[in-house]
Amino acid sequence: MDTLVAQLQRQFRDYTISLYHQGFLDDQFTELKKLQDECSPDFVAEVVSLFFEDCEKLIGNMARALDQTGNVDFSLVGSSVHQLKGSSSSVGAKRVKGLCVTFKECCDSQNFEGCVRCLQQVDIEYKSLKAKLQDLFNLEQQIVQAGGRIPQVDI
Amino acid sequence: MATTSTGDIEKTKSVEVKKKLNVLIVDDDTVIRKLHENIIKSIGGISQTAKNGEEAVNIHRDGNASFDLILMDKEMPERDGLSAIKKLREMKVTSMIIGVTTLADNEEERKAFMEAGLNHCLAKPLSKAKILPLINNLMDA
Repeated sequence: MDTLVAQLQRQFRDYTISLYHQGFLDDQFTELKKLQDECSPDFVAEVVSLFFEDCEKLIGNMARALDQTGNVDFSLVGSSVHQLKGSSSSVGAKRVKGLCVTFKECCDSQNFEGCVRCLQQVDIEYKSLKAKLQDLFNLEQQIVQAGGRIPQVDI
Repeated sequence: MATTSTGDIEKTKSVEVKKKLNVLIVDDDTVIRKLHENIIKSIGGISQTAKNGEEAVNIHRDGNASFDLILMDKEMPERDGLSAIKKLREMKVTSMIIGVTTLADNEEERKAFMEAGLNHCLAKPLSKAKILPLINNLMDA
């Protein structure tokens, strides 16, 4: 019979793998995990939290810029998209990064409808990733509270 | 890992730089600054950050700044990476400078960035595996 720790560890492993296979995360997230150690035990949670703050701020900037009907500064929108692409790529947020590529193309071609669509999709995607990573961190916490170790997951 | 006669553990050279680096991280993005800070810490270095090229230049204005390495982002508000590097080299800053570009940058943009006074260029996202061999090679050279 599986112990609670073993069950939680298996859940954690399966969930982590699914996040990669479904394209939410890429190898850069693995690189973040490698940087977490006894000196920086909360590094991943901290950097991911900064990323989501970044998302909120930049999405807000983009929304305000796109709201200037008839007078949209596409270079301003593009600049925020560029920043979001950089930070999403740095944390391994694969879907968000992918959307930023399309979004930047819409900015460069001054495609207003395309930009609005991309903004909506980016908003949905980052919120979805945020919820999933929160679930992952909760699982980690449960494992530790049950006296277990967080397993290394090879993707 | 080898143990000395006193029982202290020696870190393998492959995971750290050969000397303790003092690094200036220049990027307008908080996430990237945090990531690069941790990468530098993980290879045994210490770091200071600047939010853009203008801050990086200001840190050097009194002539007392002494960094082994500057990690310089390319696109930043107030003063971009290209302008910051040119200014720092004019100010006779001799630190090793690694430019951090994106994959979207074309060959001409990368060339212009290098010609501004970089020692090398790396594409984002940075990782320990990417940066450590480069730093060791540049320091050996």
